[in-house]
Parts: sequence; C-alpha cells; structure tokens
Amino acid sequence: MRTSIVTRMAGALLCATAALTPARAADKLKVGFVYVGPVADFGYSYQHDLSRKALAAALPDKVETVFLENVPEADSERSIEKLARSGAGLIFTTSFGFMEPTLKVAKKFPKVKFEHATGYKRAENVSTYSARFYEGRYVCGKIAGKMSKSGTVGYIASFPIPEVVSGINAFMLGAQSVNPNIKIKIVWVNTWFDPGKEAEAAKALLAQGADILTQHTDSAAPLQEAEKVGKFAFGQSSDQVRFAPKAQLTAIVDDWDGYVIAETKAVLDGTWKSHDTWGGLKDGLVVLAPFTNMPDDVKALAEETKKGIAEGRIHPFQGPVLKQDGSIAVKAGEHAPDPMILGMNWYVKGIDDKPPQ
Amino acid sequence: MSFDIVQMVLVTVLTAATPLILAAIGELVAERAGVLNLGVEGMMVLGAAMGFAVATQTGSTLLGACGGVGAGLLLAALFGLLTVGLAANQVASGLALTILGLGLSGLVGAGYVGMKRDPAPHLHLPVLSDLPVVGPLLFGHDAFVYAAAFLVAGVWWFLWRSRAGLSLRAIGDDHTATHALGLKVRKVRFLAVLFGGACAGLAGAYLSLAYTPFWSPGMTAGRGWIALALVVFASWQPVRVAAGALLFGGATVLQLHAQAAGLGLPGQLLSAVPYLATILALVALSLGRRQGGSSAPAALGRVFAPSR
Amino acid sequence: MRLDLLPRARPSPWLDLLSPALAFLAAVLIGGVAVAALGVSPVQAFVTYFVAPLSELWSIQEVALKAAPLALIATGLAFCYRANLWNIGAEGQFVVGGLAGGCVAIATQGSQGFGSQGFTGWILPAMLAAGTLAGIAFAMIPALLRVKLGVSEILTSLMLVYVAQLLLDYMVRGPLRDPNGFNFPQSVSFDDAARLPALFEGESLHAGVPIALFGIGLGALVLARTLFGFEVRAVGASPRAAGFAGFSDARLTLGVFAISGGAAGLAGICEVAGRIGQLQPEISPGYGFTAIIVAFLGRLSPPGILLAALVIALTTIGGEGAQIDLKLPLDLTRAFQGLLLGLVLGADVLTRYHVRLVPGGPAAKAAS
Repeated sequence: MRTSIVTRMAGALLCATAALTPARAADKLKVGFVYVGPVADFGYSYQHDLSRKALAAALPDKVETVFLENVPEADSERSIEKLARSGAGLIFTTSFGFMEPTLKVAKKFPKVKFEHATGYKRAENVSTYSARFYEGRYVCGKIAGKMSKSGTVGYIASFPIPEVVSGINAFMLGAQSVNPNIKIKIVWVNTWFDPGKEAEAAKALLAQGADILTQHTDSAAPLQEAEKVGKFAFGQSSDQVRFAPKAQLTAIVDDWDGYVIAETKAVLDGTWKSHDTWGGLKDGLVVLAPFTNMPDDVKALAEETKKGIAEGRIHPFQGPVLKQDGSIAVKAGEHAPDPMILGMNWYVKGIDDKPPQ
Repeated sequence: MSFDIVQMVLVTVLTAATPLILAAIGELVAERAGVLNLGVEGMMVLGAAMGFAVATQTGSTLLGACGGVGAGLLLAALFGLLTVGLAANQVASGLALTILGLGLSGLVGAGYVGMKRDPAPHLHLPVLSDLPVVGPLLFGHDAFVYAAAFLVAGVWWFLWRSRAGLSLRAIGDDHTATHALGLKVRKVRFLAVLFGGACAGLAGAYLSLAYTPFWSPGMTAGRGWIALALVVFASWQPVRVAAGALLFGGATVLQLHAQAAGLGLPGQLLSAVPYLATILALVALSLGRRQGGSSAPAALGRVFAPSR
Repeated sequence: MRLDLLPRARPSPWLDLLSPALAFLAAVLIGGVAVAALGVSPVQAFVTYFVAPLSELWSIQEVALKAAPLALIATGLAFCYRANLWNIGAEGQFVVGGLAGGCVAIATQGSQGFGSQGFTGWILPAMLAAGTLAGIAFAMIPALLRVKLGVSEILTSLMLVYVAQLLLDYMVRGPLRDPNGFNFPQSVSFDDAARLPALFEGESLHAGVPIALFGIGLGALVLARTLFGFEVRAVGASPRAAGFAGFSDARLTLGVFAISGGAAGLAGICEVAGRIGQLQPEISPGYGFTAIIVAFLGRLSPPGILLAALVIALTTIGGEGAQIDLKLPLDLTRAFQGLLLGLVLGADVLTRYHVRLVPGGPAAKAAS
C-alpha cells in the first residue's frame, strides 16, 4: 500500500474527529450497489434499493451495504471502481448501460464479485441477472383481455428495446388467449420517467377508447389517470396500489430481495460462481402485487395462470406464435427460445402498429 | 375523431400547457426587465418539492401552492441579489441556480417519496360545467389553470396598459438611459426577478399538486428549459406565450394521440420539434426585425451597475 | 438600506485572488453547517470531499480524467465569454464531436489498415480531427445565425444541445446500432486502434489528459500572445474601444465560437475514444454545462480554469466517497456546487467594485 503524507494527515484528522462511523468489522462483507436513477424514484432504482435494505436487515452481522445513486452511464466506470476500492466484496451494477464498465472494473479486481443486471456479457467474476418480466405481462394480458369492455387496451412504452417489445408481445398473447379480437394501442413516450408525459400518454389512450392501461415506464401517473376516470391499469416496478386503490388490477413488481440475499450468502459461503440468472415467477424475481378490483373468476384465472407459469405448465411464448405478416415465429408445440426473446424486435400478429425503426 | 375525443384532446392540451404558461409568463416579465434567468428549471423543481411537502404537512393544497411560490421566491431572491444587487453574470448565475434548485429539491423531497395526495379540486358549476365541449374546457379545471389564464391577462395589461409596465419595458431596453431619467432600475429588476421566481415555483407546485399529484426527483423533466424557449418563441409577448404553450403542449399531446391512433413518427424527431421551432422562431423574428418588427429587450442579459 | 457599487479605478490584484478563496471558504462553512445538520462531522466530510480523493494514486488519476474535459471545454468557452458572447451549447458540441469521431471508428471497424504492415495509426488522429471539426461546425450554427441575422446566440446554442442529444439517441438506436447487440441501443465496441492508449500500463489515465492539457496550453498562448487573443480581451474590456480600433465583430464571433466548439468537440471524442470505447445514448455526464461553471469559477483565465476544474472534479469524486463512507446524499453535493458557483460570482463583485452599504430609506435616497 502506498501511503502518502496526505493519507496520514487524513488519517490523523479522522482520528481527531473520533470517527463517527461505527468501526468496520474486518470480517463483514461490504456489498455495493450502483443505481442509474435516484433511490427516490419509486421505480426501478427504488426497488433495487429495497433489496439492499432487505439484505442489510437479513444479515446485519455479516454485511455492510453501500450505494451510489444517480450514476450517469457515461461516468459509471469510476463509480464502480470506487466501490471496489472501498473494500466491497460484491457489487451489484443495476443498469444495462453499466455493462462494459462493469466488465472493465471486474478485470482489474479479480477477487471482487460483480452482479450486472439485464446485460448479456459475463466473466469469471461477473454474473448477470435479470427477470422474465414478460411472464408477469402475460398474466396482466389475460386479466386485461377479460376485464376490457371496449376491447381496446392501451400500452405506454418507453424505448424500443427487446425487453419492452417482448413485454408488449407477451401482454398481447395473454390478452388474445381470452379475447382473440382484442385490440392494443401503443404509445412510445421515449423516456423511462416523465410523469407529465406519461399522464398525457395515458389520457390519449383513454380518449382513443382504451379502458385498461399498462405501462413500461416508471411513474404512477398513468395509474392516477385511470383512477380519475374510473378505468383500470397495471402498476410497474413497485406495488403502486396506494396511488390508485380503485384502478390498480395488479402490478409487476421487481423483487430482487431473494436474489440479492442468496448471492450474498453464496459469496459469504465461498460457493459463488459466475452464472446467468434469468428468473421469473418461479424464482420469485417477478412478483405480482395482489389481484384487486376484479371479479372472482378473473382473479381465479390470473392466479391459475401465475401458478401455471411458475410450475412451467404455461409458457407465454407457446407456439404457434405468428409474426405480424403471418409468418411463423414459433412452431406449434414449441416455445420461444431465450435468445429469441432476448433480441425480440418484431410484433406478434394482432398488433396493428409497427415497431419503431 | 369523435366529439368526445376532440373535447378530451383540447382539455389535455390546456392542462399540458398550464405549467409552461405559468413558468414562461414569469420569465417573460423578468426578461422584459432585462434579466435573463436561466434557472427556471431549478426554481420549478424546488417549487414542486416544497409545494408537495407543505401540502402534505398542512393538508392544504392552497398552502402547498404558497409553499411552491415561496420556494421559487427564495431562489429568485438569491439570483436577484447576485445579478441585480451584485452585478454578477446572469448566464452563470442562472446555471448555478438550476444546480442548487435540483440539489435542494432532492433534500426537501426526500421524505415525501411514494406519498400520494388527491389532485387539486376541480371547479364544477352545476349547469355550465356540463355543457358539451365548452363546459369542461372553460368551467371544469383546477385553480392553477385559471391562475395561468389570469396571469397572462394580468401581465398583458401590466406591460402594455400600465405606467409601471411601461417603465419596466423601458428599463429592459436601456438601463443606462432609464437610470438617467431617475427610474429605479435595480429595484424594478429585482421585483421582476422575484415575480419570475414566484411563477416558476407555482408552475412546479402545479405539477406535484394537480397534474401528477406526487413528488418524484426531477419530475419537471426539462419543462423549465422549454419555458425559456417559449418566451423567445413568443417574442416576449404575453398572449403569444399562452398561444405558444398551447402549441408546444398541443404538439406533444397530438403526437401521443397520433401514436395511439396508429400513426407513428420517430420519437426523437418529434421531441426535437420545440427546440427547432424556437430556433426558427428566432430567425423569423430577426428577419422581421429588419423590416421594423418587434424584438428582444435590448438590454437582455446585460449587467447593470449604476455609476453615480 | 441600500447597496451601492462604485467601480474600482483599477481591479485590485490581491482581491482578485482573495475573492474566490473567500467564496470557497464561505461555501465550505455553509456546507459544513448543512452536513452537521445531517448528523455528520463537518471535518470528516471535508476530508472525504477534498482530501481523500487526492490521497491515492488511483483517485488522483480519476480527478485528472474528470477535470481534463471540463478544463478543455471551459478554456474554449473563456474565449467566448471574454468577448461577451454566450455559447452555452458546449454540451451539444461535445455530443456531436463524440458522435462524429465515433462514426469514424465504426466505419473503420475491423479495417486492415494501409500497406502490408496494416497501418491503422491514422484512425485515431482522423477520429480526433472529425470530432473537433464536427464541434466547430455545430458551433457555427449559432455563430452564423448571430452574425448574419442577429439572432441571440444564448438561446440558439442552448436549444441545439437538445437537438444534438436527440440526434445521438436516434443514431445509436438506429443506424449505428451494434447488429450483434441484441437490439440494445449501443454501437459496437471500438477496435484498439480507435482507442486512446493508456499512459501507464494497467492504469486508467489515458492520452486524453495530455491532449486536453495541450489544448489548454495552446488556448492560453493564443489568448495571451496573439493579436486575436488581444482582440478578444480588448472587446471584453471595452466593446466600444474595440469598435474604434476597427476589429471585425463578425470575424471575432466566428473565431471564438470555432475555438469553443472545437474544444468541446475534441473533449467529446476524447471521452468516447478514451473511457467509453463505443457510442451509447448518453456519452456526457453534463460536461458541457459543468464547464460553464468551471469557466466562471476559473474567472475566464486558463490557469484559474485548470484549478476550478480540479475543484469540481474533486467535489464530484469526493461526493461519491461521501455517499459511500458517510451516507451523505448526492443532492447535497449538487447543492454545494451550485452554492459555490453562486458565491464565487457574488464575491467577484469585490474585485470590480467598492461595495458600500448606505444606511437610510427612500427618504435619504431622495435627499441624495
């Protein structure tokens, strides 16, 4: 270790101020989290931060948690390295844009374990994890198909990336399975988070006859719009029922608690290995908020679908799946392979819209 | 499009334009007095945070709105002290104000994340509000929308029909000459900056109390910058600010409606429209000026320190 | 009470140095109170923010990497601001520079180079040139609009920032998207020939830092030693006198915009070819805007700018340390940066004016 005069001065100053932070026990594992948004976004970063808190509560004697919020993707390499250097033994980098920086830092710190969310590149000490949100969307689709009186549902989408497109398809396939004539209207707002614009998109969809809304953006604004006019909607990222007690049917909740705790335990045990986790309802990575505001038969169908997916009996992309032009994407009797879902950039038959670009 | 859709589009456009009108009309007065405050976004976002915090603490939307106005005033006072009182550079001070406002809003709002309030109450007049199209459009809004309309009319009257407004415009055009005439340049400018801050704070409070009633960091999502563009686009005319805000708001809303109706366009291009429109408006304005049209306040952005 | 400002006959050189120091001290004191209110020792916070980042070789490199683009852009902007021209669109010029240079890297991806040796050494210079030229070209839009049509450059340059960001967003989601990237919005990773090399094996410091330093040095030289630099300074000091001297307003405007746009474009491609190594929807953590702050903190002189860039880089990196070690929120760091700039701007008044508080209300004023 290189100790300069400055470090020693800093050390002296720290001692002089009687170090207010509790002494760091040497045997505690430091677990770091890097968020792309503010922890107060009440969406994606907020949910990840809940898992950090859950981890701290579950293993209070064994781990210490730290986080960096609002880390710009263009500036993330330093932030990740900073965590690694501050003694973190396990680091969760929670946004797709952190992929290359995570790999670069991981190369420098072979003893530190990294967990990157939603990416596809791994290394000896870099795992990837993501959730099969499309499974939840399929369940939502079934509910929407049953609940829609107008036969039109509205979808507020963020950016045309595969995760969003596969979500739209899964939702539509779910809806079609109970109502073959269901129509879907899609609005791209080109943002993950802009409450005002999301509300405007929700209003536009409601005006165009949609009576069920679903969204792949983070704010509760669309739910509130549905609530105002007595229509229904699905929450996103977190259980947002408090924003719309009469409108939320269910919500697709990102629940990283179990995964984060399990991975941390693996590091503590020394059993951690690089791997790719793409978990869904079965693994508890995708959680659906309680089914509310719907008749019992719809609730039963939703529960059954959820259970079926968790048990592997139902697959959202179960063949035959047709593309818009009628060509076969998935043959009857098969279901879509993971790479197809991960790179999806086409719509299923029944969606009238064209995917952007 | 059916009747209902037209009605709904119009109502949405009006509510989408309201925060832009509120913020822009305040900035317009400041700029008419010759002060360019680039900190609108910062004042707005702090107004949103403070407005929501106060409303939640007191249970009163009105007090919340006052809280938002207060937050805007506070930041504007700081800005006024720097630029008017101490003759500091306006561009840099405005940017400092934005950063400060964004930071403070996060600190103020930290305890209020994930909380919800009922939206500000809407006016409902028994017969009038139920009229088709006209009813919801004219008689069915929350108080913020009426405040915006009132402010546009008030500022128009003030600038073009009152003596004080005349002085304010004169100061914005030539501070040296007006100072020589004995007008209180710095006092007027400071008050104009305060008015701008109050309006921006109110615009922020509208977002967190009425438009999307919750607090979330960065929820203004760049509307403060759009408001700045709008003032230029409107060539510093209050009525045109309202028209421009309806146009900007309308473009966004119609774009979303077009998508919902199945007509898609590249989102990036549409998102760039307000900014490109502003540049075009500036060009058109300067071409118009060559033929004797109106123009920007001549002393806009210039530092004034009285030399006695 | 009334605040009177009496211009100083000549600026006081020692106040020139003292006023930013005083402002910094005041900001630290106010920040210390805020930190104490959050239950953290101010001394400890000061150490974390300003001392700790300089105590390790690694974080010194990081401070340099962060400060380099800020100082380079700010030096360019200083030319504009000294000439009383307000280019606030450096962020856009940065983005366009990164995009244009990145296009060169993507177009030459996998290229075997010239000749039998496979000479690929021309790629990096071509990228740097493309980035600089694109920054200049993008800055020419507000400059030409001002010169030809008298359009306010403040607002056009600001509006063009958003246009540039949306253009980059469109390009990486569309034409420049990595075909093997699972449709994620990012380009291919650049070849090594298209990356700025590290200065020391295995360390993070890359060639972008000396390039920026060279640019800043060149800027300082031009400003201090050339006729053009003299014109810029003369206009800043007294626009009317400069007019009498026969300096061309149009030439000056185009010149300073070219310098600031080129500096921002160069900083943009250095960031893309340095740290990032590919194009993605976001390539700047707000460098172009932060550089405006740096330019003013540094009082529009290259040495001051260098110092200011270091201070801002230090607080940003120290801010991360504060989040990790002291659990202080990021918003506090931002508020502090805003406050610091405000105070420096306010303190500036001391160097230019005698400040007098005149007691008495309107009556006293009327009597005077």
